Amino acid sequence: MIMNYYDLIFYLFAAVTLLSALMVVTNRNIVHSAFYLLFTFFGVAGLYVLLAADFIAIVQLIVYVGGILILLLFGVMLTNKITNVEIKTGTINLVPAVIGVGLFAGALLAAVVNAPWKINNTEQAFPTTKILGTLLIQEYLLIFELLGIVLLIALIGAASIARK
Amino acid sequence: MTVGLTHFLVVSTLLFSMGLYAIITRKNAVMVLMGIELVLNSANINFVAFSRFGNFGYSGHLVALFVIVLAAAEAAIALAIVLNIYKNMSTVNVDEIDNLRE
Repeated sequence: MIMNYYDLIFYLFAAVTLLSALMVVTNRNIVHSAFYLLFTFFGVAGLYVLLAADFIAIVQLIVYVGGILILLLFGVMLTNKITNVEIKTGTINLVPAVIGVGLFAGALLAAVVNAPWKINNTEQAFPTTKILGTLLIQEYLLIFELLGIVLLIALIGAASIARK
Repeated sequence: MTVGLTHFLVVSTLLFSMGLYAIITRKNAVMVLMGIELVLNSANINFVAFSRFGNFGYSGHLVALFVIVLAAAEAAIALAIVLNIYKNMSTVNVDEIDNLRE
């Protein structure tokens, strides 16, 4: 039986996300990790598109790939002696971490797979931008304004901490 | 078996576990931040997936949006702190930063 395109694209994006995330956490070179993180964010944006969340996907691309990843790369470059090629990073607690995270992931996977989710598979309207905008200025107005203030204070605080 | 809610939850669980692994094992503070970003992304996948397959309207999308905003603020603050730590102690390895003053 031929898989339909939706499933095929889901497996493609899931593979991109998980493989590049694996490279992020196992690579010893921080700059390589940061670049693999790019593919992880792209894969997650693709998963959002498959979940009919087009606005979230675009925001993911703009904020994560365009903003946070660049910030992380600046962090790597400003805190390493580039000239001495010291961009390697060590690891600690390797064995307990593998055991603990393995057990945790196994338990969580078992719970997620076996849980009797009530699925209500209704088709959602695809351009979600208008709906989200309406919700943001009606039901979620207070949270929206608070987030604006939080972002402003965080950016002022970051600038003042970094300049000291 | 066609792709449904469980598939997305499995992907986000694996992403969460890898982020947790990075947070625990990496010495470099910037790598710990990358692990935190992976964890936040996996939580966002869950929000959007439940919003798609549950009957909650678009609240999940909005929470995912708020998480993205908070992640941006967190990354900016955390990197400022990391830069200050580097300036003061000339290392960003979290296992070597064990005193409160210089």
